[in-house]
Amino acid sequence: MSLDPLVITIIEALVKSIVVIVGLLTAFAYLTLVERYVVAKIQSRIGPNRVGAIGPIAVLQPIADALKMIFKEDIWPAQADQVAYTIAPGIAVGTALVAWAVIPLNPSLTIAGYKIDFYIADVNVALLYLLAIGSLGVYGIVLGGWSSNNKYSLLGALRSTAQMVSYEISLGLGLVGVLMISGSLSLVDIVQKQATVWNVVWQPLGLIVYFIAATAEINRLPFDLPEAETELVAGFATEYSSLKWALFYMAEYINMITISVIASTLFLGGYQGPFGILPGFHWLFLKIAFFIFVLMWIRYTFPRFRYDQLMRFGWKVLLPLALANIFVTAIVMVVLGR
Amino acid sequence: MDLIVFYLFATLAVIAALGVVALRNPVHAALCLAVVFISLAALYVLLSAPFVAAAQVMIYAGAILILFVFVIMLLSPGVDQGAGALKWQRPLAAVFGLALAVELILVLASAVLPAARGQYTPERLAQIGDVQAIGALLFTDFLLPFEITSLLLLVAMVGVIVLAKKRVRS
Repeated sequence: MSLDPLVITIIEALVKSIVVIVGLLTAFAYLTLVERYVVAKIQSRIGPNRVGAIGPIAVLQPIADALKMIFKEDIWPAQADQVAYTIAPGIAVGTALVAWAVIPLNPSLTIAGYKIDFYIADVNVALLYLLAIGSLGVYGIVLGGWSSNNKYSLLGALRSTAQMVSYEISLGLGLVGVLMISGSLSLVDIVQKQATVWNVVWQPLGLIVYFIAATAEINRLPFDLPEAETELVAGFATEYSSLKWALFYMAEYINMITISVIASTLFLGGYQGPFGILPGFHWLFLKIAFFIFVLMWIRYTFPRFRYDQLMRFGWKVLLPLALANIFVTAIVMVVLGR
Repeated sequence: MDLIVFYLFATLAVIAALGVVALRNPVHAALCLAVVFISLAALYVLLSAPFVAAAQVMIYAGAILILFVFVIMLLSPGVDQGAGALKWQRPLAAVFGLALAVELILVLASAVLPAARGQYTPERLAQIGDVQAIGALLFTDFLLPFEITSLLLLVAMVGVIVLAKKRVRS
Protein backbone atom coordinates (compact mmCIF):
# COMPACT_ATOMS: atom_id res chain seq x y z
CA MET A 1 0.00 0.00 0.00
CA SER A 2 1.41 3.34 -0.95
CA LEU A 3 0.10 6.60 0.35
CA ASP A 4 0.10 9.95 -1.35
CA PRO A 5 3.29 11.77 -0.22
CA LEU A 6 1.13 14.78 0.68
CA VAL A 7 -0.96 12.67 3.05
CA ILE A 8 2.21 11.28 4.63
CA THR A 9 3.55 14.81 5.11
CA ILE A 10 0.33 15.94 6.77
CA ILE A 11 0.17 12.90 9.06
CA GLU A 12 3.83 13.32 9.97
CA ALA A 13 3.34 17.00 10.83
CA LEU A 14 0.25 16.16 12.89
CA VAL A 15 2.01 13.45 14.88
CA LYS A 16 5.01 15.69 15.53
CA SER A 17 2.78 18.58 16.59
CA ILE A 18 0.89 16.38 19.04
CA VAL A 19 4.12 15.03 20.49
CA VAL A 20 5.55 18.54 20.91
CA ILE A 21 2.35 19.93 22.45
CA VAL A 22 1.90 17.02 24.88
CA GLY A 23 5.58 17.26 25.78
CA LEU A 24 5.30 20.99 26.44
CA LEU A 25 2.18 20.67 28.55
CA THR A 26 3.83 17.99 30.67
CA ALA A 27 6.94 20.13 30.93
CA PHE A 28 4.75 23.06 32.02
CA ALA A 29 3.11 21.01 34.77
CA TYR A 30 6.39 19.87 36.23
CA LEU A 31 8.07 23.23 35.70
CA THR A 32 5.64 24.72 38.22
CA LEU A 33 6.87 22.09 40.69
CA VAL A 34 10.52 22.77 39.84
CA GLU A 35 9.99 26.48 40.33
CA ARG A 36 8.51 25.87 43.76
CA TYR A 37 11.56 23.83 44.76
CA VAL A 38 13.96 26.42 43.39
CA VAL A 39 12.24 29.27 45.22
CA ALA A 40 12.07 27.14 48.37
CA LYS A 41 15.82 26.57 48.18
CA ILE A 42 16.53 30.27 47.57
CA GLN A 43 14.28 31.29 50.46
CA SER A 44 15.50 28.50 52.79
CA ARG A 45 12.20 26.63 52.85
CA ILE A 46 11.37 23.00 52.08
CA GLY A 47 8.78 23.32 49.30
CA PRO A 48 5.88 20.96 48.50
CA ASN A 49 6.44 17.53 50.08
CA ARG A 50 3.01 15.99 50.71
CA VAL A 51 1.01 15.18 47.55
CA GLY A 52 2.08 11.78 46.24
CA ALA A 53 5.49 12.25 47.79
CA ILE A 54 8.29 9.97 46.69
CA GLY A 55 11.00 10.81 49.17
CA PRO A 56 11.15 14.61 49.48
CA ILE A 57 9.53 15.24 46.07
CA ALA A 58 5.77 15.70 45.71
CA VAL A 59 5.37 13.95 42.37
CA LEU A 60 1.60 14.35 42.10
CA GLN A 61 1.53 18.04 43.12
CA PRO A 62 0.99 19.40 39.54
CA ILE A 63 -1.92 17.01 39.00
CA ALA A 64 -3.50 18.09 42.29
CA ASP A 65 -3.02 21.73 41.26
CA ALA A 66 -4.65 21.11 37.89
CA LEU A 67 -7.65 19.36 39.48
CA LYS A 68 -8.05 22.19 41.96
CA MET A 69 -7.95 24.70 39.11
CA ILE A 70 -10.63 22.85 37.14
CA PHE A 71 -13.06 22.82 40.06
CA LYS A 72 -12.68 26.51 40.87
CA GLU A 73 -15.61 28.76 40.01
CA ASP A 74 -15.28 30.42 36.62
CA ILE A 75 -16.10 34.06 37.37
CA TRP A 76 -17.37 36.41 34.65
CA PRO A 77 -16.91 40.05 35.54
CA ALA A 78 -19.95 42.26 34.97
CA GLN A 79 -19.92 43.87 31.51
CA ALA A 80 -16.84 41.97 30.47
CA ASP A 81 -16.39 41.72 26.73
CA GLN A 82 -17.47 38.07 26.36
CA VAL A 83 -15.66 37.25 23.13
CA ALA A 84 -12.36 38.90 23.91
CA TYR A 85 -12.44 37.70 27.52
CA THR A 86 -12.76 34.11 26.33
CA ILE A 87 -10.24 34.07 23.50
CA ALA A 88 -7.50 36.09 25.25
CA PRO A 89 -6.06 33.17 27.29
CA GLY A 90 -6.24 31.00 24.17
CA ILE A 91 -4.19 33.51 22.17
CA ALA A 92 -1.63 33.65 24.98
CA VAL A 93 -1.14 29.87 25.02
CA GLY A 94 -1.41 29.48 21.24
CA THR A 95 1.35 31.96 20.44
CA ALA A 96 3.56 30.36 23.09
CA LEU A 97 3.09 26.93 21.50
CA VAL A 98 3.36 27.59 17.76
CA ALA A 99 6.89 28.99 18.03
CA TRP A 100 8.05 25.38 18.47
CA ALA A 101 7.15 24.48 14.89
CA VAL A 102 10.52 25.61 13.54
CA ILE A 103 12.86 24.47 16.32
CA PRO A 104 15.10 21.48 15.55
CA LEU A 105 15.18 19.19 18.59
CA ASN A 106 17.50 16.41 17.46
CA PRO A 107 19.72 15.56 14.46
CA SER A 108 17.77 13.78 11.70
CA LEU A 109 17.68 9.99 11.98
CA THR A 110 17.11 7.34 9.36
CA ILE A 111 15.08 4.40 10.65
CA ALA A 112 14.18 1.55 8.28
CA GLY A 113 14.93 3.69 5.25
CA TYR A 114 12.63 6.47 6.41
CA LYS A 115 14.29 9.75 7.29
CA ILE A 116 12.89 11.36 10.42
CA ASP A 117 13.51 15.06 10.98
CA PHE A 118 13.06 16.25 14.53
CA TYR A 119 11.44 19.52 13.62
CA ILE A 120 7.95 20.23 12.34
CA ALA A 121 8.94 22.66 9.60
CA ASP A 122 12.22 23.94 8.20
CA VAL A 123 11.24 27.30 6.75
CA ASN A 124 13.92 29.60 5.43
CA VAL A 125 12.60 32.54 7.45
CA ALA A 126 12.37 30.64 10.75
CA LEU A 127 14.11 33.34 12.76
CA LEU A 128 11.67 35.97 11.49
CA TYR A 129 8.82 33.57 12.14
CA LEU A 130 9.86 33.35 15.78
CA LEU A 131 9.96 37.14 16.07
CA ALA A 132 6.59 37.48 14.32
CA ILE A 133 4.93 34.93 16.60
CA GLY A 134 6.54 36.57 19.62
CA SER A 135 5.14 39.93 18.59
CA LEU A 136 1.63 38.43 18.50
CA GLY A 137 1.92 37.15 22.06
CA VAL A 138 1.09 40.59 23.45
CA TYR A 139 -2.48 40.31 22.11
CA GLY A 140 -3.41 37.74 24.74
CA ILE A 141 -2.44 40.01 27.59
CA VAL A 142 -3.80 43.19 26.02
CA LEU A 143 -7.17 41.65 25.21
CA GLY A 144 -7.43 39.94 28.56
CA GLY A 145 -6.72 43.18 30.37
CA TRP A 146 -9.03 45.29 28.25
CA SER A 147 -11.97 42.88 28.17
CA SER A 148 -12.08 42.40 31.97
CA ASN A 149 -13.66 45.83 32.40
CA ASN A 150 -11.45 46.53 35.40
CA LYS A 151 -9.11 49.49 35.87
CA TYR A 152 -6.25 47.40 37.24
CA SER A 153 -6.53 44.99 34.34
CA LEU A 154 -6.55 47.84 31.83
CA LEU A 155 -3.48 49.41 33.43
CA GLY A 156 -1.72 46.06 33.26
CA ALA A 157 -2.63 45.73 29.59
CA LEU A 158 -1.40 49.25 28.79
CA ARG A 159 1.89 48.63 30.57
CA SER A 160 2.33 45.35 28.79
CA THR A 161 1.78 46.97 25.38
CA ALA A 162 4.33 49.71 25.99
CA GLN A 163 6.82 47.28 27.49
CA MET A 164 6.58 44.64 24.80
CA VAL A 165 6.72 47.11 21.92
CA SER A 166 9.83 48.71 23.46
CA TYR A 167 11.72 45.52 24.21
CA GLU A 168 10.78 43.78 20.98
CA ILE A 169 13.20 46.03 19.09
CA SER A 170 16.16 45.07 21.25
CA LEU A 171 15.03 41.45 21.10
CA GLY A 172 15.12 41.42 17.30
CA LEU A 173 18.35 43.39 17.02
CA GLY A 174 20.02 41.11 19.58
CA LEU A 175 19.48 38.22 17.17
CA VAL A 176 20.82 40.03 14.10
CA GLY A 177 24.41 39.20 15.11
CA VAL A 178 23.62 35.48 14.94
CA LEU A 179 21.99 35.98 11.57
CA MET A 180 25.08 37.81 10.29
CA ILE A 181 27.57 35.12 11.28
CA SER A 182 25.44 32.17 10.18
CA GLY A 183 24.16 33.78 6.96
CA SER A 184 20.86 31.94 7.22
CA LEU A 185 17.47 32.45 8.79
CA SER A 186 16.71 28.73 8.99
CA LEU A 187 17.16 27.36 12.49
CA VAL A 188 18.16 23.97 11.09
CA ASP A 189 21.05 25.63 9.22
CA ILE A 190 21.98 27.79 12.20
CA VAL A 191 22.24 24.76 14.48
CA GLN A 192 24.23 22.75 11.93
CA LYS A 193 26.73 25.59 11.54
CA GLN A 194 27.41 25.48 15.28
CA ALA A 195 28.68 21.89 15.22
CA THR A 196 32.15 22.88 16.46
CA VAL A 197 31.93 26.46 17.74
CA TRP A 198 28.79 27.79 19.38
CA ASN A 199 27.57 31.24 18.40
CA VAL A 200 27.89 32.48 21.96
CA VAL A 201 31.67 32.56 21.50
CA TRP A 202 31.25 35.30 18.87
CA GLN A 203 28.05 36.80 20.21
CA PRO A 204 28.18 36.95 24.03
CA LEU A 205 26.62 40.42 24.04
CA GLY A 206 23.92 39.26 21.63
CA LEU A 207 22.95 36.50 24.05
CA ILE A 208 22.80 38.89 27.00
CA VAL A 209 20.72 41.46 25.10
CA TYR A 210 18.39 38.75 23.78
CA PHE A 211 17.94 37.11 27.16
CA ILE A 212 17.16 40.37 28.99
CA ALA A 213 14.77 41.54 26.28
CA ALA A 214 13.08 38.14 26.19
CA THR A 215 12.62 38.18 29.96
CA ALA A 216 10.83 41.50 29.49
CA GLU A 217 8.78 40.08 26.61
CA ILE A 218 7.37 37.30 28.75
CA ASN A 219 6.79 39.61 31.73
CA ARG A 220 8.96 37.71 34.17
CA LEU A 221 10.37 39.51 37.17
CA PRO A 222 12.11 42.00 37.27
CA PHE A 223 9.96 43.04 34.28
CA ASP A 224 6.56 41.87 35.55
CA LEU A 225 4.99 45.32 35.55
CA PRO A 226 1.84 44.14 33.73
CA GLU A 227 1.07 41.98 36.79
CA ALA A 228 2.84 43.89 39.59
CA GLU A 229 0.77 42.46 42.43
CA THR A 230 1.87 45.17 44.88
CA GLU A 231 0.43 47.90 42.66
CA LEU A 232 -2.16 46.39 40.35
CA VAL A 233 -3.68 43.44 42.35
CA ALA A 234 -2.76 40.98 39.59
CA GLY A 235 -2.62 43.32 36.60
CA PHE A 236 -4.15 42.03 33.38
CA ALA A 237 -5.19 38.76 35.05
CA THR A 238 -7.02 40.33 38.01
CA GLU A 239 -10.50 39.17 36.98
CA TYR A 240 -9.50 35.80 35.63
CA SER A 241 -10.21 32.64 37.56
CA SER A 242 -10.39 28.89 37.12
CA LEU A 243 -9.20 27.37 33.84
CA LYS A 244 -8.91 30.68 32.01
CA TRP A 245 -6.46 31.89 34.61
CA ALA A 246 -4.68 28.54 34.41
CA LEU A 247 -4.20 29.15 30.67
CA PHE A 248 -2.45 32.47 31.32
CA TYR A 249 -0.29 30.71 33.88
CA MET A 250 0.45 27.99 31.35
CA ALA A 251 1.35 30.58 28.71
CA GLU A 252 3.84 32.17 31.09
CA TYR A 253 5.63 28.89 31.76
CA ILE A 254 5.58 27.71 28.15
CA ASN A 255 6.98 31.09 27.16
CA MET A 256 9.81 30.51 29.62
CA ILE A 257 10.60 27.21 27.92
CA THR A 258 10.26 28.80 24.49
CA ILE A 259 12.68 31.67 25.08
CA SER A 260 15.10 29.22 26.69
CA VAL A 261 14.97 26.93 23.66
CA ILE A 262 15.45 29.88 21.29
CA ALA A 263 18.45 31.10 23.27
CA SER A 264 19.87 27.55 23.32
CA THR A 265 19.28 27.04 19.61
CA LEU A 266 20.69 30.34 18.42
CA PHE A 267 23.55 30.87 20.84
CA LEU A 268 24.43 27.56 22.50
CA GLY A 269 24.28 25.27 19.48
CA GLY A 270 20.85 23.70 20.06
CA TYR A 271 21.24 19.93 20.13
CA GLN A 272 24.99 20.11 19.40
CA GLY A 273 27.25 18.95 22.22
CA PRO A 274 30.36 20.87 23.27
CA PHE A 275 33.19 20.22 20.75
CA GLY A 276 30.77 18.10 18.74
CA ILE A 277 30.36 15.37 21.38
CA LEU A 278 27.28 13.17 20.94
CA PRO A 279 24.77 15.63 19.47
CA GLY A 280 21.22 14.98 20.56
CA PHE A 281 18.16 16.14 22.43
CA HIS A 282 19.81 15.60 25.83
CA TRP A 283 22.11 18.58 25.25
CA LEU A 284 19.19 20.78 24.25
CA PHE A 285 17.35 19.67 27.39
CA LEU A 286 20.32 20.57 29.60
CA LYS A 287 20.65 23.99 27.95
CA ILE A 288 16.94 24.71 28.34
CA ALA A 289 17.14 23.67 31.98
CA PHE A 290 20.08 26.01 32.48
CA PHE A 291 18.26 29.04 31.04
CA ILE A 292 15.09 28.26 32.97
CA PHE A 293 17.11 28.02 36.18
CA VAL A 294 18.66 31.42 35.44
CA LEU A 295 15.17 32.89 34.86
CA MET A 296 13.99 31.56 38.23
CA TRP A 297 17.17 32.66 39.96
CA ILE A 298 16.71 36.21 38.60
CA ARG A 299 13.06 36.21 39.63
CA TYR A 300 13.77 35.54 43.27
CA THR A 301 16.87 37.71 43.50
CA PHE A 302 16.00 41.04 41.88
CA PRO A 303 13.34 43.59 42.83
CA ARG A 304 10.92 44.85 40.17
CA PHE A 305 11.83 47.79 37.95
CA ARG A 306 9.96 51.03 38.35
CA TYR A 307 8.12 51.99 35.16
CA ASP A 308 10.44 54.87 34.18
CA GLN A 309 13.48 52.71 34.93
CA LEU A 310 12.07 50.02 32.68
CA MET A 311 11.66 52.41 29.76
CA ARG A 312 15.02 54.08 30.32
CA PHE A 313 16.81 50.73 30.50
CA GLY A 314 15.10 49.44 27.37
CA TRP A 315 15.69 52.46 25.17
CA LYS A 316 18.90 53.93 26.55
CA VAL A 317 20.89 50.84 27.53
CA LEU A 318 19.63 47.73 25.79
CA LEU A 319 18.92 49.24 22.36
CA PRO A 320 22.31 51.01 21.99
CA LEU A 321 24.03 47.82 23.17
CA ALA A 322 22.20 45.77 20.54
CA LEU A 323 23.10 48.29 17.82
CA ALA A 324 26.74 48.41 18.96
CA ASN A 325 26.82 44.61 18.82
CA ILE A 326 25.67 44.62 15.19
CA PHE A 327 28.15 47.36 14.32
CA VAL A 328 31.13 45.59 15.90
CA THR A 329 30.11 42.23 14.42
CA ALA A 330 29.95 43.78 10.95
CA ILE A 331 33.39 45.41 11.30
CA VAL A 332 35.00 42.23 12.63
CA MET A 333 33.47 40.20 9.83
CA VAL A 334 34.77 42.61 7.18
CA VAL A 335 38.24 42.70 8.77
CA LEU A 336 38.40 38.91 8.96
CA GLY A 337 37.07 38.77 5.41
CA ARG A 338 34.24 36.31 6.06
CA MET B 1 -3.42 21.76 -1.90
CA ASP B 2 -2.28 25.33 -2.57
CA LEU B 3 -5.74 26.10 -3.84
CA ILE B 4 -7.43 24.81 -0.66
CA VAL B 5 -5.12 26.91 1.50
CA PHE B 6 -5.71 29.92 -0.75
CA TYR B 7 -9.49 29.72 -0.53
CA LEU B 8 -9.34 29.12 3.21
CA PHE B 9 -7.28 32.22 3.95
CA ALA B 10 -8.85 34.36 1.21
CA THR B 11 -12.31 33.70 2.68
CA LEU B 12 -11.03 34.39 6.17
CA ALA B 13 -9.45 37.65 5.01
CA VAL B 14 -12.64 38.83 3.29
CA ILE B 15 -14.88 37.94 6.25
CA ALA B 16 -12.52 39.61 8.72
CA ALA B 17 -12.23 42.68 6.47
CA LEU B 18 -16.03 42.95 6.48
CA GLY B 19 -15.84 42.67 10.25
CA VAL B 20 -13.42 45.59 10.43
CA VAL B 21 -15.98 47.79 8.69
CA ALA B 22 -19.15 46.41 10.20
CA LEU B 23 -18.33 45.88 13.88
CA ARG B 24 -19.22 48.79 16.12
CA ASN B 25 -16.76 48.05 18.89
CA PRO B 26 -13.38 49.56 17.90
CA VAL B 27 -11.36 46.86 19.69
CA HIS B 28 -13.27 44.12 17.88
CA ALA B 29 -12.66 45.91 14.59
CA ALA B 30 -8.94 46.10 15.39
CA LEU B 31 -8.92 42.37 16.16
CA CYS B 32 -10.54 41.63 12.82
CA LEU B 33 -7.84 43.72 11.19
CA ALA B 34 -5.26 41.50 12.88
CA VAL B 35 -6.98 38.47 11.36
CA VAL B 36 -6.86 40.17 7.94
CA PHE B 37 -3.12 40.80 8.32
CA ILE B 38 -2.40 37.22 9.33
CA SER B 39 -4.51 35.81 6.49
CA LEU B 40 -2.67 38.05 4.03
CA ALA B 41 0.60 36.75 5.46
CA ALA B 42 -0.55 33.21 4.70
CA LEU B 43 -1.31 34.28 1.11
CA TYR B 44 2.20 35.77 0.82
CA VAL B 45 3.62 32.41 1.86
CA LEU B 46 1.63 30.79 -0.95
CA LEU B 47 3.15 33.33 -3.36
CA SER B 48 6.62 32.11 -2.24
CA ALA B 49 7.35 35.33 -0.39
CA PRO B 50 7.82 34.11 3.19
CA PHE B 51 9.93 37.13 4.09
CA VAL B 52 7.11 39.50 3.22
CA ALA B 53 4.74 37.26 5.20
CA ALA B 54 6.89 37.39 8.33
CA ALA B 55 7.40 41.13 7.97
CA GLN B 56 3.66 41.57 7.50
CA VAL B 57 2.85 39.81 10.76
CA MET B 58 5.73 41.38 12.68
CA ILE B 59 5.22 44.96 11.58
CA TYR B 60 1.52 45.29 10.88
CA ALA B 61 -0.07 42.87 13.33
CA GLY B 62 2.67 42.93 15.95
CA ALA B 63 3.62 46.59 16.07
CA ILE B 64 1.35 49.02 14.23
CA LEU B 65 -1.96 47.44 15.13
CA ILE B 66 -0.89 47.00 18.75
CA LEU B 67 -0.28 50.75 18.89
CA PHE B 68 -3.78 51.31 17.45
CA VAL B 69 -5.19 49.09 20.18
CA PHE B 70 -3.10 50.98 22.73
CA VAL B 71 -4.61 54.29 21.66
CA ILE B 72 -8.12 52.82 21.50
CA MET B 73 -7.75 51.51 25.03
CA LEU B 74 -6.35 54.80 26.30
CA LEU B 75 -9.17 56.83 24.80
CA SER B 76 -11.75 54.06 25.41
CA PRO B 77 -14.29 55.53 22.99
CA GLY B 78 -16.70 52.69 23.75
CA VAL B 79 -19.15 51.32 21.24
CA ASP B 80 -19.66 53.71 18.35
CA GLN B 81 -23.34 54.62 18.15
CA GLY B 82 -22.95 56.73 15.04
CA ALA B 83 -23.18 59.91 17.08
CA GLY B 84 -20.60 62.61 16.38
CA ALA B 85 -20.18 61.60 12.78
CA LEU B 86 -19.58 64.50 10.42
CA LYS B 87 -22.54 65.45 8.25
CA TRP B 88 -20.79 65.15 4.91
CA GLN B 89 -19.06 61.89 5.92
CA ARG B 90 -21.62 59.54 4.37
CA PRO B 91 -21.89 61.20 0.93
CA LEU B 92 -18.10 61.44 0.77
CA ALA B 93 -17.75 57.77 1.69
CA ALA B 94 -20.27 56.90 -1.03
CA VAL B 95 -18.27 58.83 -3.64
CA PHE B 96 -15.00 57.17 -2.68
CA GLY B 97 -16.63 53.76 -2.45
CA LEU B 98 -18.09 54.18 -5.91
CA ALA B 99 -14.74 55.27 -7.33
CA LEU B 100 -13.07 52.22 -5.82
CA ALA B 101 -15.78 49.92 -7.15
CA VAL B 102 -15.42 51.36 -10.68
CA GLU B 103 -11.67 50.91 -10.49
CA LEU B 104 -12.07 47.32 -9.34
CA ILE B 105 -14.56 46.53 -12.12
CA LEU B 106 -12.29 48.11 -14.74
CA VAL B 107 -9.34 46.03 -13.60
CA LEU B 108 -11.38 42.84 -13.50
CA ALA B 109 -13.01 43.66 -16.86
CA SER B 110 -9.63 43.95 -18.52
CA ALA B 111 -9.67 40.22 -17.67
CA VAL B 112 -6.13 39.27 -18.41
CA LEU B 113 -4.21 40.93 -15.65
CA PRO B 114 -0.88 41.87 -17.16
CA ALA B 115 1.05 38.78 -16.15
CA ALA B 116 4.47 40.19 -16.81
CA ARG B 117 7.00 37.82 -15.33
CA GLY B 118 10.03 39.52 -13.88
CA GLN B 119 13.37 37.85 -13.44
CA TYR B 120 12.37 36.59 -9.97
CA THR B 121 10.25 33.58 -10.78
CA PRO B 122 9.25 31.16 -8.00
CA GLU B 123 11.88 28.70 -9.26
CA ARG B 124 14.65 31.30 -9.18
CA LEU B 125 13.55 32.42 -5.69
CA ALA B 126 13.59 28.85 -4.42
CA GLN B 127 17.14 28.62 -5.72
CA ILE B 128 18.61 31.82 -4.24
CA GLY B 129 16.16 32.30 -1.36
CA ASP B 130 13.73 35.19 -1.17
CA VAL B 131 15.43 36.88 1.80
CA GLN B 132 18.71 36.90 -0.10
CA ALA B 133 16.97 38.28 -3.20
CA ILE B 134 15.30 41.10 -1.26
CA GLY B 135 18.52 41.92 0.59
CA ALA B 136 20.58 42.04 -2.57
CA LEU B 137 18.04 44.28 -4.32
CA LEU B 138 17.78 46.64 -1.35
CA PHE B 139 21.52 47.17 -1.30
CA THR B 140 22.02 47.49 -5.05
CA ASP B 141 19.19 48.67 -7.31
CA PHE B 142 17.05 50.20 -4.58
CA LEU B 143 19.76 51.56 -2.32
CA LEU B 144 18.77 55.21 -2.73
CA PRO B 145 15.03 54.75 -2.07
CA PHE B 146 15.93 52.49 0.86
CA GLU B 147 18.16 55.12 2.45
CA ILE B 148 15.63 57.88 1.77
CA THR B 149 12.97 55.81 3.54
CA SER B 150 15.18 55.50 6.59
CA LEU B 151 15.69 59.27 6.54
CA LEU B 152 11.93 59.74 6.32
CA LEU B 153 11.40 57.55 9.37
CA LEU B 154 14.10 59.49 11.22
CA VAL B 155 12.35 62.76 10.42
CA ALA B 156 9.09 61.33 11.72
CA MET B 157 10.78 60.24 14.95
CA VAL B 158 12.42 63.63 15.48
CA GLY B 159 9.09 65.31 14.78
CA VAL B 160 7.32 63.20 17.41
CA ILE B 161 9.99 63.93 20.00
CA VAL B 162 9.81 67.67 19.32
CA LEU B 163 6.00 67.62 19.60
CA ALA B 164 5.93 65.48 22.73
CA LYS B 165 8.75 67.16 24.60
CA LYS B 166 7.74 69.39 27.47
CA ARG B 167 8.98 72.91 27.01
CA VAL B 168 11.15 73.81 29.97
CA ARG B 169 11.59 77.52 30.45
CA SER B 170 14.96 78.40 31.85
